[in-house]
Amino acid sequence: MKTFDYARAGSVAEAVQAGGRFIAGGTNLLDLMKLQVETPEKLVDISRLDLARIEEREDGGLTIGALVPNSDLAADPRVIEKYEVLSRALLAGASGQLRNKATTGGNLLQRTRCYYFYDTAAGCNKREPGSGCEAIGGFNRVHAILGTSDQCIATHPGDMPVAMRALDAVIVTQRGDGDKRRIPITDFYRLPGDTPHIENVLEPGELITHVELPAPPQGKQTYRKVRDRASYAFALVSVAAVIAVEEGKIASAALAFGGLAHMPWRNPAVEAALIGQTPGTAAFEAAADALLDGAKGFGSNDFKLPLVRRVLIATLRDLTQ
Amino acid sequence: MTLLDTVLGRDEHRSLRMDKPLPDSLLDRGAQGVIGQPIDRVEGPLKVSGRATYAAEYPAERLSYGVLVRAPFGSGKITDVVADEAKALPGVIDVITDYPSFIRNPQQGGEKKAPTQGVEKVDYHGEIVAIVVAETFEAARDAAARVKVAYEPAEGAFVFAEHRDEADRPPPDQIPPKSSQGDVNAAMASAAYTVDQTYTTPSQNSAAMEPHASIAEWKDGKLTLHGSYQMVASDQMQLAQALGVKNDQVRIISRYVGGGFGSKLGIAPESVAAAIAAKRLDRPVKVAMARQQVFDATVRRSNTEQRIRLAADHDGKLTAIAHETLASNLPGEDYFEPAGIGTHFAYAAENRLTDHKLVRLNWLLSGSMRAPGEAVGMLALEAAMDELAEVIGIDPIELRRRNEPEQDPEKKVPFSSRQLVPCLDRGAEAFGWSARKKTAGDRRGEWLHGMGVAAAVRSNMLQKSSASVELTKDGRAIVSTDMTDIGTGTYTILAQIAAETLGLPLDRVIVHLGDGEAPPAAGSGGSWGAGSSGSSVYVACEALREKLAQAMGVDPDELTLKDGRVIAENRAVEITELVGDGMKVVGTIQPGHQEKLVRQASYGAHFAEVKVNAVTGEVRVVRMLGVFEAGRILNRKTARSQCLGGMTFGIGAALSEELVHDRRNGKVVNRDLAEYHVPVNADIPQLEVEFIDGRDHHANPIHAKGIGELGISGAGAAIANAIYNATGVRVRDYPITLDKLLPGLPD
Repeated sequence: MKTFDYARAGSVAEAVQAGGRFIAGGTNLLDLMKLQVETPEKLVDISRLDLARIEEREDGGLTIGALVPNSDLAADPRVIEKYEVLSRALLAGASGQLRNKATTGGNLLQRTRCYYFYDTAAGCNKREPGSGCEAIGGFNRVHAILGTSDQCIATHPGDMPVAMRALDAVIVTQRGDGDKRRIPITDFYRLPGDTPHIENVLEPGELITHVELPAPPQGKQTYRKVRDRASYAFALVSVAAVIAVEEGKIASAALAFGGLAHMPWRNPAVEAALIGQTPGTAAFEAAADALLDGAKGFGSNDFKLPLVRRVLIATLRDLTQ
Repeated sequence: MTLLDTVLGRDEHRSLRMDKPLPDSLLDRGAQGVIGQPIDRVEGPLKVSGRATYAAEYPAERLSYGVLVRAPFGSGKITDVVADEAKALPGVIDVITDYPSFIRNPQQGGEKKAPTQGVEKVDYHGEIVAIVVAETFEAARDAAARVKVAYEPAEGAFVFAEHRDEADRPPPDQIPPKSSQGDVNAAMASAAYTVDQTYTTPSQNSAAMEPHASIAEWKDGKLTLHGSYQMVASDQMQLAQALGVKNDQVRIISRYVGGGFGSKLGIAPESVAAAIAAKRLDRPVKVAMARQQVFDATVRRSNTEQRIRLAADHDGKLTAIAHETLASNLPGEDYFEPAGIGTHFAYAAENRLTDHKLVRLNWLLSGSMRAPGEAVGMLALEAAMDELAEVIGIDPIELRRRNEPEQDPEKKVPFSSRQLVPCLDRGAEAFGWSARKKTAGDRRGEWLHGMGVAAAVRSNMLQKSSASVELTKDGRAIVSTDMTDIGTGTYTILAQIAAETLGLPLDRVIVHLGDGEAPPAAGSGGSWGAGSSGSSVYVACEALREKLAQAMGVDPDELTLKDGRVIAENRAVEITELVGDGMKVVGTIQPGHQEKLVRQASYGAHFAEVKVNAVTGEVRVVRMLGVFEAGRILNRKTARSQCLGGMTFGIGAALSEELVHDRRNGKVVNRDLAEYHVPVNADIPQLEVEFIDGRDHHANPIHAKGIGELGISGAGAAIANAIYNATGVRVRDYPITLDKLLPGLPD
């Protein structure tokens, strides 16, 4: 860990003008600093800002403060009742202790668990642009099969953001100049391309203050996570699903995936293959085909292709029965 | 009695060699009633309140902090260690490297010489090549990350499969690599039923909660090292040899150890680096390895490739067993994972073969990890037995019953005690084995259920071990030995043995462990700790009883000792009236003819019920039962905990633990506890442990056999067999992760 400056922000305005990396729960950033993967010159502690509330909006949606701990969000009665997919996703993540510390804003920005990203002796374009990607040609069990580039095949490791992507969440930010932005989650994350070290559209100093959930969606919801042990393991594959069936046909579908890509993955073609169709194997297979169009394994993660197909079909079957 | 008496050898000594069986034990005649009882750990309150001092927790004046620097390449030669930037950081005292003296890798347990030294030539990624010392840990860690190790790379052997054909047989050691009798090939050719399968297991890490740590301090030419070590006496010799000083110039203190599982049997790089730095800087140096360094540069359990051949006649009686193992290790290191060790005596068969060969790789050292040999050997053997039972069409328990040997099938000597079949029978009844379906197909929703069984065998060993026991004039007993307690319960069982034999309440027995100046013990390894160190305490206490009898003027056999009172011939006196200024005896137990005249081992049976998700291949253990026979159970609580821990290890070995080596440079890829998957609480269901009471008169005077490694032996195989019973998919490549099951699962 490199020596760093520390400032405690008294307000959002103070925070965005402080010029440093924000820290709240620190569950990811501190680990990375100890390993010298992250070496911020300055930390701006935002943990005391008044951003830890969950409020209902007039349109029926929720506004979630960026500092709401994962545990609290998962246990909120409104979330449990109306956004089941989100509550389930949160509880599938990390461990009880980590969920108590991890915040909503911070969790959106959790960094990859690529083994080579974590090892400063390894080439990693995400950690050190231009140093190569040792995951390609190396051990890549947890790596991406969609949206990869020849520079990076890392995944976003989160669960909560996958559910938020299925729910069409909006990320509310404030920039150093005081401007506020409302960024649909669809536009928030970036694919690795040639710049895998840039993971989202936030500008330097821009602070996530809230996450807005639209009014609760119609239909049934679930979050299904497949992993290498029963708890405290990142998703090999996860599915956040919201499906409504009306008069025997799929009326609406929102499907987001974890463990497959550099971002929580959502492909409109998957949903298009389902909407208007009678629930059944043909439609589910078509959705899986659409999802896996262009998917590519890198050796140790080849199994993700058949795995996500099976998980998607089982999830669709569950929600449409 | 003083320390000086010990040093001058004025203590009374009593020694016992296990040359003949000892059917009579004071522990069966004790009046105190503490032996065997499920007594809480005597040091438990210290541990849960943070007062038990682990290696890195001792204060020292002018203490400095060391952080180790690794070689960032898999094979080659260091050309320079560039430390200018590191040395310029505030608080940094020095960056030290000593190519000839730094150890290349840890030493194996019990060795009396230094491990391989010299780090200029690097043989594996992560080898420790320098140490940064600073006034604070934070400064040292920052500086260590700024040290640049320049090198010339060299060719290396990084992929097991690419070098397996170059395997060679290591030289004979305590364990001969090869044994053979009869003609396995002929038996296979003429058998009614055969199995010929190859099983593979990956490298594993002990993943002890406490990382390797040392505080080194020199005073008047003598080194005191607070370390986290399992075998203090031999570790002291290893460290002295590595530092080029006399054995009596090194004292290791290892009072509490936060788990070892074999990874702390021999000295590791942090001890030598800390000692060298402390000497050069003339101030104490503390080094605690980072978790990643524990994965990179301590010791792994070797990966294995095991070919098992079984041949059986029409009655399901084995005619041949062959167990051929390939393991791996660094060039120049001859330790091999003895996967066939339990196969020597597990089952009867006329034609037999065990063989072990080593593949030389540029991976970190391989060495002993909990139940070296059996832990992975039985993953193969007991899965193969399950396969054979299916081929024959009989119940797997019945197959084992039919092949129960009457005596050691190789050495033709009797078993000292053996209750494998009773363990299987008791387990089958308690577990409800009769409800097991013969073939896969018990589907409940998305989940496929199945049951599996496996036998557990684990060799029992006795090692020379000494302890002093002093009866003080205020009527307490002080047990002192360099034996360690690595979380197993040594403090507690030694206190129980002394309390039982001397008739003292437990709170009047004080146990001092882990100090290299105390009488040398067997150390914690090979499950011999309780039997060996416990017997040394027993021998000392037996001598003390004779002294008490003498003081009272009666025959020792007539003594009853209870609650601090000595009773004989209708007289009862307080023990304090007999001990004078104190009585002290150093007791020593030594292995003898019993080692060869009988086959000693502990036994058990594992039963597992699993469910496998038909969609994803995820495996969940639903319940598990282990029934064990290990002679006398000294403490039902700590013994049960040992078995629970072993079974949990077994679940990890079966389902999730795999140390992955990068195929380009051999480095450990998954080097933290997020990615090296030991089971978490959610993976562990209700585990049940039952003991079948036993007494092994050949093992030692306390009649106890090893238990620390019994619980892991066979545990993973029961799970693998249950997975097969659930799914019809036989995965022979451990761990059984979901990707290996997926292709065989229903659509």
